[in-house]
Amino acid sequence: MTKLLEIHDLHARIAGGRDILKGIDLTVAPGEVHAIMGPNGAGKSTLSSVLAGKPGYEVTGGSALYDGRDLLNLAADERARAGLFLAFQYPVEIPGVNNMYFLRAALNAVRRERGAPELDASQFLKAVKEKLALLDIGDDLLRRAVNVGFSGGEKKRNEIFQMAMLEPRLAILDETDSGLDIDALRVVSNGVNRLRDPQRSIVMITHYQRLLDYIEPDYVHVLSEGRIVASGDKSLAADLERRGYAHLVSAA
Amino acid sequence: MARQLLFQLRQEIGLAEQRGSNPAMSDLAAIAPPDALESFVSAAADGYRYGFVTDIEADEAPPGLDEGTVRFISAKKGEPDWLLAWRLKAFRRWQQMTPPDWAKLDIAPIDYQGSIYYSAPKQKTGPKSLDEVDPELLKTYEKLGIPLGERAALAGVAVDAVFDSVSVATSYKGKLAELGIIFCSFGEAVREHGDLVRRYLGSVVPQGDNFFAALNSAVFSDGSFVYVPPGVRCPMELSTYFRINAAKSGQFERTLLIADKGSYVSYLEGCTAPQRDEHQLHAAVVELIALDEAEIKYSTVQNWYPGDAEGKGGIYNFVTKRGACRGAKAKISWTQVETGSAITWKYPSCLLEGDGSVGEFYSVAITNNYQQADTGTKMIHIGRNTSSTVIAKGISAGRGQNTYRGQVKVMPKAADARNYTQCDSLLIGKTCGAHTVPYIEVRHPGAQIEHEATTSKISEDQMFYCAQRGLSQEDALSLIVNGFCKEVLKELPMEFAVEAQKLLAVSLEGSVG
Repeated sequence: MTKLLEIHDLHARIAGGRDILKGIDLTVAPGEVHAIMGPNGAGKSTLSSVLAGKPGYEVTGGSALYDGRDLLNLAADERARAGLFLAFQYPVEIPGVNNMYFLRAALNAVRRERGAPELDASQFLKAVKEKLALLDIGDDLLRRAVNVGFSGGEKKRNEIFQMAMLEPRLAILDETDSGLDIDALRVVSNGVNRLRDPQRSIVMITHYQRLLDYIEPDYVHVLSEGRIVASGDKSLAADLERRGYAHLVSAA
Repeated sequence: MARQLLFQLRQEIGLAEQRGSNPAMSDLAAIAPPDALESFVSAAADGYRYGFVTDIEADEAPPGLDEGTVRFISAKKGEPDWLLAWRLKAFRRWQQMTPPDWAKLDIAPIDYQGSIYYSAPKQKTGPKSLDEVDPELLKTYEKLGIPLGERAALAGVAVDAVFDSVSVATSYKGKLAELGIIFCSFGEAVREHGDLVRRYLGSVVPQGDNFFAALNSAVFSDGSFVYVPPGVRCPMELSTYFRINAAKSGQFERTLLIADKGSYVSYLEGCTAPQRDEHQLHAAVVELIALDEAEIKYSTVQNWYPGDAEGKGGIYNFVTKRGACRGAKAKISWTQVETGSAITWKYPSCLLEGDGSVGEFYSVAITNNYQQADTGTKMIHIGRNTSSTVIAKGISAGRGQNTYRGQVKVMPKAADARNYTQCDSLLIGKTCGAHTVPYIEVRHPGAQIEHEATTSKISEDQMFYCAQRGLSQEDALSLIVNGFCKEVLKELPMEFAVEAQKLLAVSLEGSVG
């Protein structure tokens, strides 16, 4: 099967700093769910930022192919329209911009790229209702400004809702479990599980094994000091929970 | 988003504009801190889409300004003696005055003797219908998307189109006439409704009010006149499109709008101008009069040529707009979207004379490249139980300088006056500036005055968040800016709001990316 994402020997840093990623290799096929775990400072967020094309980062070596295209040569908005979605660890507030309006603009931008017709207001509303039902979440966030005054749980829920609407081919979930209580975690995880699809790949970045109890990954990778030091199936995560990262880090 | 809450209450003498003095003013300046957005900010003035010139032979006054010029204009218009005398009085006042220097504007000296004070498309007699209108003119309007004729009918808009000073076509007059509403060119009003004009002209903005109002009073060439009779609700938005065209012609519009007791009228004013290399002076005067329980809604979208990316060219826009709530429970509401002009000097104001009268000011002002805007309002509370609301949004990009200057004044007899002012500034990039200069003068202890101000900056994180959802930089900017201006845009009539949104995007084209 063709790979959706192929990262080879990726080196990257914050502009002007020292390398944070020091040779990442990762391959993700369509439909697969990968979990990337690791201690603070391992480079987890740098990896998601570099893949999404956040300004301020420099790639100093290696390559990343997305659906056979050179991902690193695309602008952030081009990557998004090509189907790469990042669920932010800290979703950004945009005062004055209605959440629905924002999402419709984004969805139509993505649809234009795919050659699909844009949705008018009523078609969009219909799609929203379907996704809300699918994710089993309320519509209370829709009328508010994007992320403004949202609780931590509401922000994460909104990220997953956006993911459901935009239907990405590759979703990167950056610490989506952080700051969530157990009920919120369940809602968000259920949402992600319902979005699992043979054509959709998911890369989850997390500190804790807890998330993996709710969203079961096909593969687990341990990131430490800018490299993937161990890969395995779900049992690796359970092992980590028991023994911590220390033995892997020293082994690397 | 860096957010700064500024709050200031000042007891100070009113706007210097009234007195010709220059009181010490507090300038709350917020210069955007540097960050990587800087790299996005590149000047691109070619976003100005209306830069074309119509080839029409102009019938012009010789350059220069003296009593002879004033007499030439008055004669050209076939005006009665009283109006000539009125103009001459204004001219003599103007000669004694100096241009105001208190605004935060860097203005190159204006050669008043080098300007042409009258120019009109050559036309032996006024056109009776659209068929008689010069096709060149119609084409120009078409390019601008102005709904004349059929399009006007579809849009329900009556257009009194002013092209270089002389009214060219007026539609819907019949329908309005049935209701007794007068909507015509200023010149026609002088001929047909001389007593109304004479009674109200200069009653809100006196000839000597300020340098530019005096200049306008002396040399105004044409404009619009509206009278809505008692109890009549004007069934359509009245609309005038201005367009400066002939080279070196200053344009001096005069608008007089009277809403008689219990009437309602909504008036739209939209402007675009073709691209020019040299500065063009524009000094309009707008006077509104609302009698008992009358309501006037006056909306402006201003998109005159702002100059190029290096700050060359562009319109100088010095406008005096003022409304008087002359009767009890009268209401005047100003809404403006100012995106054009190299320099904007404009303070649409309300004199709240009648008890229980209401004044409103909603404003969006954008400065990009080298544009400068010093704009705001004056709310003068004179009657009892008067209230006013001010919502001002300033957006600065490129090297633009944007100043909100507003006065709230509560006179000794204005018991229970109430004002709420909110002014928000949005900065794009690190070379622009936003300034807030409120003047508050309260002479009655029962007044309730609120002033709120914020300054924020479009952050890199916001732009990245939008990009990650698939929005281009231009789309993201447009989304954020429209969100920022929402409270003002919703005050615009529907068809204008759509136009204004497009205009915001066009005005900021090139400021990001």
